[in-house]
Amino acid sequence: MGDDILSYNGGVALAMKGKECIAIACDKRYGVQNRTIATNFTKIFQYSDHCFVAFCGLATDVQTVSERLKFRTNLYELREQRKLKPNVLYNMLTNLLYERRFGPYFVFALVVGLDPKTGETFVYDSDNIGAISDNVNLVTVGTASEYIFGLGELFFKPNMNADELFEATSQALLNGVDRDSASGWGAVVYVIEKDKITVRELKGRQD
Amino acid sequence: MSERYGFSLTTFSPSGKLVQIEYALNAVNAGSPAVGIKASNGVVLATEKKSKSLLHDDRTIHKVESICKNMGLVYSGMGPDYRLLVQKARKLAQEYMLVYEQNVPPTQLVKRVADVMQEYTQSGGVRPFGVSLLICGYDYDEDRPFLYQCDPSGSYFPWKATAIGRNFVNGKTFLEKRYSDQLALEDAVHTAILTLKESFEGQMTEDNIEIGICDKEGFRRLTPAEVKDYLAQIG
Repeated sequence: MGDDILSYNGGVALAMKGKECIAIACDKRYGVQNRTIATNFTKIFQYSDHCFVAFCGLATDVQTVSERLKFRTNLYELREQRKLKPNVLYNMLTNLLYERRFGPYFVFALVVGLDPKTGETFVYDSDNIGAISDNVNLVTVGTASEYIFGLGELFFKPNMNADELFEATSQALLNGVDRDSASGWGAVVYVIEKDKITVRELKGRQD
Repeated sequence: MSERYGFSLTTFSPSGKLVQIEYALNAVNAGSPAVGIKASNGVVLATEKKSKSLLHDDRTIHKVESICKNMGLVYSGMGPDYRLLVQKARKLAQEYMLVYEQNVPPTQLVKRVADVMQEYTQSGGVRPFGVSLLICGYDYDEDRPFLYQCDPSGSYFPWKATAIGRNFVNGKTFLEKRYSDQLALEDAVHTAILTLKESFEGQMTEDNIEIGICDKEGFRRLTPAEVKDYLAQIG
C-alpha cells in the first residue's frame, strides 16, 4: 500500500446496467493500511428516490463529500420542490469536485440512477476532480477496480433482468475483492428497478 | 462613491413604507405599456415601442429579449435599468446550466432575478431598479408555461394575464373580461395586441410594437413581418 493516499483506507464499488434496472455494489471494509478497523463501512449513498452514488478512496473524504453533496441536494429539493434527476446529480457532483481542482478530494465516484417513468438507466463515473464519463454499461472505482472491472466485463450481458444483473454484479465484486487485501469483508448490493429497490448483504471471505 | 455610502438609501417612512420603492413604481407606471398573457400552450409578451423621432432606426434596439432558450422578458419603466437586469438574468441562467446541466425552470430564475432586485432596496449606495419585468418561460418538467411579474421591491407574482406601465388598470380590466383558461397561443397574441390597442395613440404598425412568444419549442421574438400578419388579422 505504501504511500498512496487513494489506497490508504481501501475499498471498492461497482455499478452495472440492466434492462430498466441498475445494480450498484460496494464492499464493507474500513481499514488503515494493513489493519482492518471495521467491517460495516458502506460506501453507497442515496440522494433521491432512484439516484445513488458510491464513493471510494480516502475514508474522510468519502464521508465529507457524501455529506456536502447531501447539503446541496437537500437545498435543491427545497428550492425547486422536485426530486433530483440522475444526470443533474452527476453534474452537481462533478461541479463540487472541480471546485477543489487544485487541492482535491481523494475520492472517485460512481453515480447511478433510473427514470421511474421511462425506465431509462444512467450509470456514470467520475475521477476525483470531476472528469465526466458517458452513460456506460459498467463502472468500477477503488483499490480493486481493475480486478472487478475485468470480471464485470466477463459477466455482463446487455439487457439483463434484475435477477441476472444481481448475480453478475455480486459475482464480479466478491471474486474481485479476493485478489485485493484492502477490500472485502462483506458486500452490499442495491438493485434499483422502476417500482422497487432491493438491498442485499453478501457474506464473502472474511479476510 | 461606495466608501461614503455604506448605509442604505432606501429607508422606512413612519407609516412603514419604503418611499424609494413607491417612487420606483411611479417610474414604472409612467413607462410604455407591456402586456403578458399565458395561454394553455404558451405565453405571449407584447409591448409598445414608440420612437420619439422619425430618424430612429426602430428595428435595431429591442424591448422584448430572451434570457435563455426557454425564457424571455419585457419591461415597463427605465430602459437602462432593464438592460442591466437582462444581462444579470442571462448570467444567472447560464450559472444554473453550468451546475445542473439543465435549462433553468422559470420559477427558479424569477426567484433569482427578484432577489437581485431586492438587494438594490437594501444595499449601500444604490437605488431600486425603475422597472417592472414580465418574465415568461416554459417549464419542461411540469410541461407548462409560466408568466411572472417582478417589481422594483423584489416581489414577484405569477399571473395568468397582466398589464404593466401606462394605463395598466384599464389593461388589466380589459384582460379580466377577455381571459379564459382555454385560450390558445394564437388567440392570446390577438388579445395581447387588442389590450395594447386600448391605450395606443395613433396607428399600430409592426415597427411600433414588439411581440415575443414562448412555447414548448422555446422563446422567440416575432419578426416585423409576422407582427404585420397578426395586425392584419385584427384589422
